[in-house]
Amino acid sequence: MKRYSAFAIAREAMRHHEGWERAWASPEPKRKYDVIIIGAGGHGLATAYYLGKNFGITNVAILEKGWLGGGNTGRNTTIIRSNYLQDPSAAIFEKSRSLYETMSQDLNMNVMFSPRGVMMLAQTEHEVRGWKRTAHANALQGVTTEFISPRRVKELCPIMNIDGPRYPVLGALWQPRGGTARHDAVAWGYARACSAMGMHVIQKCEVTGIRSEGGKVRGVTTSRGDIDCDKLGIVVAGNSGHVANMAGFRLPLESVALQALVSEPIKPCMDVVVMANTVHGYMSQSDKGEMVIGGGTDGYNNYTQRGAFHHIEETVRALVETFPMISRLKMLRQWGGIVDVTGDRSPILSKTPLENCFINAGWGTGGFKAIPGSGWGFAELMARGHSTLCDGFELDRFREGRFVDESVAAGVAH
Amino acid sequence: MSTRLARGGRLIDRARPVEYRFNGRRLTGFAGDTLASALLGSGQMLMGRSFKYHRPRGPVASGAEEPNALVNLGEGGRFEPNQRATTTELFEGLTATSQNHWPSLDYDVGAVNTALSRFLPAGFYYKTFMSPRPFWKHLYEPFIRKSAGLGKAPTQPDADRYEHFHHFCDVLVVGGGVAGLLAAREAGRAGARVLLMEQTAHWGGRAPVDGDRIDGQAAEDWVRHIVTELEAMENVQLRLRCMGAGVYDHGYALGYERLTDHLPGADGPRHRLWRIRAGRIVTATGAIERPLSFAGNDIPGVMLASAARDYAVNWGVSVGDRVLVVTNNDDAYRTALVLKEAGLDVPAVVDARPEGGGELARRAEAAGIRVLKGKAVAKAKGGKHVTGAVISSQAGEGAMLEEIACDAIAMSGGWSPVVHLWSHCGGKLSWDEAGAMFRPDPDLPPTGADGAGFVIAAGAANGHLMLGETLRDAAEAGARAVSELGATPASPGALPAAEAPEEAPLFPVWMMPQGAGHELRSKAWLDYQNDVKVSDVRLAAQEGYESVEHAKRYTTLGMATDQGKLSNINGLATLAQRLGTEIPKVGTTTFRPPYTPISFGAIAGEARGETFQPIRRTPIQDWHEARGAHFEPVGQWRRPYCYPQGGETHGQAVAREIDATRGSLGLLDASTLGKILVSGPDAPRFMDMLYTNMMSTLKPGKCRYGLMCSENGFLMDDGVVARIDEQTFLCHTTSGGADSVHAHMEEWLQTEWWDWKVHTANVTEQYAQIAVVGPNSRKVLEKLGGIDVSAESFRFMDWKEGVLGGVRTRLFRISFSGELSYELAVPASEGRAVWDALLGAGEEFGATPYGTEALHVMRAEKGFIMIGDETDGTVIPQDLGLDWAISKKKTDYIGKRAQMRSHMADPERWKLVGLETVDGSVLPDGAYAVAEGRNANGQRKVQGRVTSTYHSPTLGRGIAMGLVLHGPDRMGEVLDFPKVDGEVVQAKIVDQIFFDKDGEKQNV
Ligand SMILES: Cc1cc2nc3c(=O)[nH]c(=O)nc-3n(C[C@H](O)[C@H](O)[C@H](O)COP(=O)(O)OP(=O)(O)OC[C@H]3O[C@@H](n4cnc5c(N)ncnc54)[C@H](O)[C@@H]3O)c2cc1C
Repeated sequence: MKRYSAFAIAREAMRHHEGWERAWASPEPKRKYDVIIIGAGGHGLATAYYLGKNFGITNVAILEKGWLGGGNTGRNTTIIRSNYLQDPSAAIFEKSRSLYETMSQDLNMNVMFSPRGVMMLAQTEHEVRGWKRTAHANALQGVTTEFISPRRVKELCPIMNIDGPRYPVLGALWQPRGGTARHDAVAWGYARACSAMGMHVIQKCEVTGIRSEGGKVRGVTTSRGDIDCDKLGIVVAGNSGHVANMAGFRLPLESVALQALVSEPIKPCMDVVVMANTVHGYMSQSDKGEMVIGGGTDGYNNYTQRGAFHHIEETVRALVETFPMISRLKMLRQWGGIVDVTGDRSPILSKTPLENCFINAGWGTGGFKAIPGSGWGFAELMARGHSTLCDGFELDRFREGRFVDESVAAGVAH
Repeated sequence: MSTRLARGGRLIDRARPVEYRFNGRRLTGFAGDTLASALLGSGQMLMGRSFKYHRPRGPVASGAEEPNALVNLGEGGRFEPNQRATTTELFEGLTATSQNHWPSLDYDVGAVNTALSRFLPAGFYYKTFMSPRPFWKHLYEPFIRKSAGLGKAPTQPDADRYEHFHHFCDVLVVGGGVAGLLAAREAGRAGARVLLMEQTAHWGGRAPVDGDRIDGQAAEDWVRHIVTELEAMENVQLRLRCMGAGVYDHGYALGYERLTDHLPGADGPRHRLWRIRAGRIVTATGAIERPLSFAGNDIPGVMLASAARDYAVNWGVSVGDRVLVVTNNDDAYRTALVLKEAGLDVPAVVDARPEGGGELARRAEAAGIRVLKGKAVAKAKGGKHVTGAVISSQAGEGAMLEEIACDAIAMSGGWSPVVHLWSHCGGKLSWDEAGAMFRPDPDLPPTGADGAGFVIAAGAANGHLMLGETLRDAAEAGARAVSELGATPASPGALPAAEAPEEAPLFPVWMMPQGAGHELRSKAWLDYQNDVKVSDVRLAAQEGYESVEHAKRYTTLGMATDQGKLSNINGLATLAQRLGTEIPKVGTTTFRPPYTPISFGAIAGEARGETFQPIRRTPIQDWHEARGAHFEPVGQWRRPYCYPQGGETHGQAVAREIDATRGSLGLLDASTLGKILVSGPDAPRFMDMLYTNMMSTLKPGKCRYGLMCSENGFLMDDGVVARIDEQTFLCHTTSGGADSVHAHMEEWLQTEWWDWKVHTANVTEQYAQIAVVGPNSRKVLEKLGGIDVSAESFRFMDWKEGVLGGVRTRLFRISFSGELSYELAVPASEGRAVWDALLGAGEEFGATPYGTEALHVMRAEKGFIMIGDETDGTVIPQDLGLDWAISKKKTDYIGKRAQMRSHMADPERWKLVGLETVDGSVLPDGAYAVAEGRNANGQRKVQGRVTSTYHSPTLGRGIAMGLVLHGPDRMGEVLDFPKVDGEVVQAKIVDQIFFDKDGEKQNV
């Protein structure tokens, strides 16, 4: 892998950029790999990357039915935070956030992690108490957060209307090192690094079946033929139910559309990420200048990767109320992704009833922020059979009633 | 230079000059101008700067597809960034400024980026700015952000208002060109309810500009007649300035009507969002011309041939004195002819086709225009405006044959049907080799619930670019729409006859000249706004970004405010060429709504400020307001938190309210409390499933406190249930929970127990409910009179119906404060009167209204739980010591099975206790009790947490409740609760009932 740097750009500029090599190879699938990962989203790619980097396992294929990063990884609003309430969540999300801090250097690809700060507004007394509780929990979990006053909210985000007639802002939970990153670059950076380790990132290769023998996984059937493996990781987000079916087990999750939208780009006017749960919407400004906006999930199961307009309406209404100045901005583009939501709003990082087949799913509306941490923990789980980062997220927790309930803290998506 | 012609301009009224300002300069245009045509008419070609390289930019188009001519429009509360000058109608006093430059439009420092452009290829920022690490946040990123972003952010609240329309029709026709008009007429004549919308202020689309004839009339006259006919149809509605913005599942579509953008300050809403359900949607959205990719094709003065023609014909504006035309198809000859006729110089038509064009080309030659066949523009010359063009052969690499001086270049690379609306909801496209365009695939339309297609593309939007075909296709589309809806199409009249010249086939040209080397490719623009060039897309392909989506994201092609209307197809073709594959194999990116950007104001509609969400008001709300209550939002209600008096703090007010209540008499407006009637022969059985308690044994006239769990066993709501009669129960729920509890009931009834004979009704707002609380509560009720409230005849947890103080009342003897207490429910209309009567009768007892905070403190003093404080969706009744409320006799209730799961029965679950700080202070909200050591992930171990914490004025100290590991077995133990800053507060585990442990005050 040729390294990226300012110097490399200068060198290439002199020869019309004809020396840049492919970011990742495009190999034909082999007959067999040690490990196959289904799904080249952020989570699948990060899993492969840490299998190689932390455990030296590089005979790995990542199979992607479309283009890498084309699922939710390339559709999300990129909010990164770790101010979760429950211990298992805070552990994996904070690990993840800290890996984001050094990801650009680690992958030698600028993923533009921007720790601009994330604030979650309190607009009812109940929310005030909820965020104070989270701040206490975070302090003990090693996550830096703080409950801040309305005045401080206004200082950090001057375009906000904190005295709205309906839901005045009573304070906020503030995580100064939360922020955003460039989603595509995260997927590309991992893919490039995996490819450089000799792994095969195989696009346009849909898994259509999972083969097993004596209760153990043997390999997969794909649109490009049968491929064998010793271990299999299923990391397909919105398609998890389908693919688990191929492996002969069912998952306690639902696939629903989550939508997002952006405004036309304007000059910088908002330097933090704001989430408003009571009115249900969140917003940040991208480096391009677009206001990036999201809200809640659609109310019914679906696989179409588009959603119903009234959700857009609800979200925009909430944000026009919170940020009156956006009223005269325009919506440039709206889109949707299919997210896999579990009953307790927490992921599944687990062994499965099929031996040597592992599942990483259920990140739902909020898994972009978890990509490196989830990859780190899931790789350990796949390589060693156990990871403390995955503790608590087992599949059988639903049978035992051992939920890791995050909806307690946040009713809003992501 | 561009200028206003002496004659012509079908859309302008030369008798009505209009004054406006651009960058502070006072200029004059005419009524009917767009801002772009007016500026061109005033000689202002330079209108903005591009996103990345800050290149000078003039308009390339004349309509919604324009990527360049974006301005900051208006001022103050009517300021708006990124307005397209080409779709902004001119009005008196319009003010606009250009964007994205410093210090000025003419001299922009950012333009150094152009000089550096070889160092800033596609995706360069992914490869650098990585070290040292902190520099990204503190240096690189702020710099990038400042230089990006185009228009300025508005600073003031919007001065305008917006509205929503809901509309149902059989056939929605989008696009008011000749195809849309004809399709609408077909559907209208068949009796269908038709809505026809056109995004501009004029009917007819391109046809009147193109100069063709229909039915022996000028297209313009034909359009006027058909519009008159449509206007006369009662079943047809016509809207101008109304854009089809999006198509969604099940025939849902959005219309975006700009009502007063051209009349700012006029009465009425600025924008109207039409939310439409249509049986069929006909998209007659026309086609958009494509630029040609040659070096320098972004210099101001290079524009689409159709745009140059529009400016001349529609607005009487010339885009230059010497306009070179370059094309790969016949249509651009129309532009040459129009310009020539207007008396301008057309030095040549450069036609990339070796054989040249058809009838139109011959007419051009006959008009004395030089036609160069098989030739290309190798390079446009100029800086802030075009000065000339280098001509080469199209087949070669760009060797100069001659240089032609010109001050504008009109280019045409062919036409792309506007397929956006067809595609929004999943309609597929097919590649048309002959037309070199994607067009709707009639076999793969977006489908509705019945599997049938619900969008029909018509005319040019369907790939029929010739007038005759357009009309035939549109008539068919209109007829098909109605027949698919089960109606009979009107008997087909004669198809309008088109008179338009035969056109010779187009010759696809994706790079001009075809063999252009790097030097030229790196100056050939694909995306003008985002500065994406042919060389950038080729670089993306080289680096493995082969999927269109990757190439788009890596280069930002098509991601600007025009969403690639001009650049998409050229970009795809460039990518396909570099990959050595065919265009259809590369495919398109996904078309997403809206077609062009729509205002957030319009999307939000009327819902803003006070009307953002409805406020639910109790019958006594006016009194609270008059009394100066401090309110808190509880769901959509606003409940008095307390009633501060004469400079009291909230804390002081709460303490006073509690003292008065515990000492004598308090009144609470409890109307927000959920009230749901459950009735029917199976109601007792249903109630037993709904609540953990046994409700079927409750006697009429009695109340019982009940718990409701979710399917997962978690406590979701609580409240007092009163049995009204054998078949009827009245369930009180929490204020915030009423709607969800009602939905929960209905979900079970409708999906699981649909055969049970039970009705539910949410009667929350039908009653006003008032809690009368304190040692003197009985006396005040006795004063009102009418219901016997004596201790013997009206016991705790009884309820009675009667006439109290002249008002029909349900009276409950229940208590959430530990005091002798009653709640009375009266018809909502009587609520205020009864409240006043209670205040009057209670005056001698110092009757004191109290708010939610006093309510909370009093319940905490008594150790009563509060849903949302002691519960958070993870707590089961057993955790709260509420086992007594769980019937052991019942075989089942919702949540029972879940509560038997191993983790739910785990003795390690935290249990409810009282907590008393050692120093009497108030424990911080939500604090955790720490245990020794850290867990495997390095987190501090915990053994409990605070669920409610208050200052108790009654006890004069802090009191709290919490969930603690083995809590009830650890009475007297002291726990450490660190604050966020690390300081530790110590608290002792105590009984959760802090006050009147034996209930003596309540049971009098
Ligand atoms: C609109 C929206 C906004 C969001 N906002 C945020 C946010 O602000 N912050 C945040 O943290 N999270 C957010 N999320 C959630 C986040 O995007 C996801 O949790 C995360 O990207 C999931 O990553 P993944 O790798 O698991 O899934 P994906 O990126 O979806 O990857 C799964 C991959 O599996 C492939 N696949 C599926 N089936 C097969 C098969 N049979 N064979 C081969 N390949 C297959 C898919 O094509 C896909 O590429 C948002 C999501 C959406 C939709």
